[in-house]
Amino acid sequence: MAVGQLGVARAVRLPLRARVRELLDREQLLGPLFVTPALLLLVLLVAYPFAMAIYFALSNAFIGRPSEFVGLRNFIALWQSDAFRQTFQNAFVFTGSAVAAKVVLGTALALLLNEQLWFKRMIRGSVLLPWVIPTALSTLGWWWMFEPLYSVVNWTGTALGLIDPPGPNWLGQKYYAMMAVVTVNVWRGLPFFAITILAGLVAIPRDLYEAAAADGAGAVARFWYITLPLLRPVLAIVVLFSTIFTFSDFNIVYVLTRGGPINSTHLFATLARQIGLESGRIGEGAAISLYLFPVLVFVVWAQLRFVRRQAY
Amino acid sequence: MIGYGRRRLARKVLVHLALVPFLAFALFPFFYMAVTSLKTDRELYDRQAVPLLISQGPTIEHYTKLLWETAFLTWTKNSLLVTLISTTVSLVIGTIAAYALARLKFPGVGSFGTGIFVTYLVPTSLLFLPLAQVVNWLGLGDSKWSLVVTYPTFLVPFCTWLLMGYFRTVPKEVEECAMVDGATRLQALIRIVLPIAVPGLVCAALFAFTLSWNEFIYALTFTSSSEEITASVGVTSELIRGDIYYWGSLMAGAVLGSVPIVILYVFFLDYYVSGLTAGAVK
Repeated sequence: MAVGQLGVARAVRLPLRARVRELLDREQLLGPLFVTPALLLLVLLVAYPFAMAIYFALSNAFIGRPSEFVGLRNFIALWQSDAFRQTFQNAFVFTGSAVAAKVVLGTALALLLNEQLWFKRMIRGSVLLPWVIPTALSTLGWWWMFEPLYSVVNWTGTALGLIDPPGPNWLGQKYYAMMAVVTVNVWRGLPFFAITILAGLVAIPRDLYEAAAADGAGAVARFWYITLPLLRPVLAIVVLFSTIFTFSDFNIVYVLTRGGPINSTHLFATLARQIGLESGRIGEGAAISLYLFPVLVFVVWAQLRFVRRQAY
Repeated sequence: MIGYGRRRLARKVLVHLALVPFLAFALFPFFYMAVTSLKTDRELYDRQAVPLLISQGPTIEHYTKLLWETAFLTWTKNSLLVTLISTTVSLVIGTIAAYALARLKFPGVGSFGTGIFVTYLVPTSLLFLPLAQVVNWLGLGDSKWSLVVTYPTFLVPFCTWLLMGYFRTVPKEVEECAMVDGATRLQALIRIVLPIAVPGLVCAALFAFTLSWNEFIYALTFTSSSEEITASVGVTSELIRGDIYYWGSLMAGAVLGSVPIVILYVFFLDYYVSGLTAGAVK
């Protein structure tokens, strides 16, 4: 009966509402319709600005002045400037040491969190806290902790007999300033490593450890031959993610040192801002920002390759 | 048997002892910020005093100064407005895009998925200079609305990526059952799939809220006047006058500016933990 009625209705001509309903049921139509808002947004506010960045980098754009094409002159000028060469080096020192520290400390912390704990929820909550608090604001706290006259780091170090008074001027001396920004980056990024690696640890089947223990493998051997190899996929993903976001860090350096003393802590993002906005040379600033792009391409390539490999 | 139990207890105690330095590292900056914000100026700049304690009595003068003598409340209101609108908009756009990517077959779905993944990884510091130009052309220079428009550029890829994973965990059969019973695809999405995916939606909303509340480089670049800036920018730039730092007020601002996130965090800790693993590993 119902089928008969439907057949009649279709033969007559569906009312508009029913027709729209039927069209929306087609995947070929609903799919594109559903992705259109996101696509528009990404084309207008990501792809288009990216094209602009490339154009700026190849022009002598200056705030409030028409620009003309200058080819690779910005990139050549950058390589001739000490500030940029220093920044290039800083970016690798900063990313390399911060990511290495986060991998080692993150794995250690994850192993501890994987044990039987008394206040599991509270401990996890505390460990994760630096990662959720606004970085610009928590870095202000670190700035105060490193303040030359009243530094609580130096006070504590002196009290424990680890530092000779008055202690280093953390943000005013080259190597100490780099150590300070790396420390804050590690502090903020450690929770991400620990929690993600912990998820990888939980996924390792327990009977593997039991079998190894039955075969007489000690704790070190079990870690080396079971935990580490099975953790490798998670570690790879975490390191790739962290590399791109550490390399492009802005907040910590901007708040803590503004790139100083004498450019010794500048990263691409902070130098791009200083040259592109504060000095108004947008072309050069955009060229500096674009140095982040190869890193992005590498990480995306590695991730896609990796994800695909895991799927098969 | 007793020896075994005792060994386990000893191991447990050792693990907790080993966790102490990690916890101290994670929490000390917050403790010190809070302590500083409650000290009188006299004690704050007394080099003989022990910095870890409040020995001359706590004071709320830094907080009252921050609330009544600066535009802190305006900055917080701006932050809330920008965060709530951009989170809501991004969640809607991200939900439908994620559903299409996870469930529907249409030409170009694969490359769109890759595009979302790539933009998910684009750091904000790569595009802030040209985006500042776009914002100016849109007539939104030095306006909080520029942030409402630009924050979805990182929130939408994030929400889409996270929700795609959640939608894939909803069994296809549930939806197909509803459609066999006469529901359209849209009805099945709204009445069946979305209710099942609520944990994922909550998670995406929380992370989007946190990401946009914490955003700094766009806010610093696109807005500058005191009526338009957000809390993070206001506290880091307006509370510093020349070379004189008002450390008490600065720390009070850092504490109060973190309060909305801390409140969410305390109530939804488990979502943060699960989202962190889902977003990164999937």
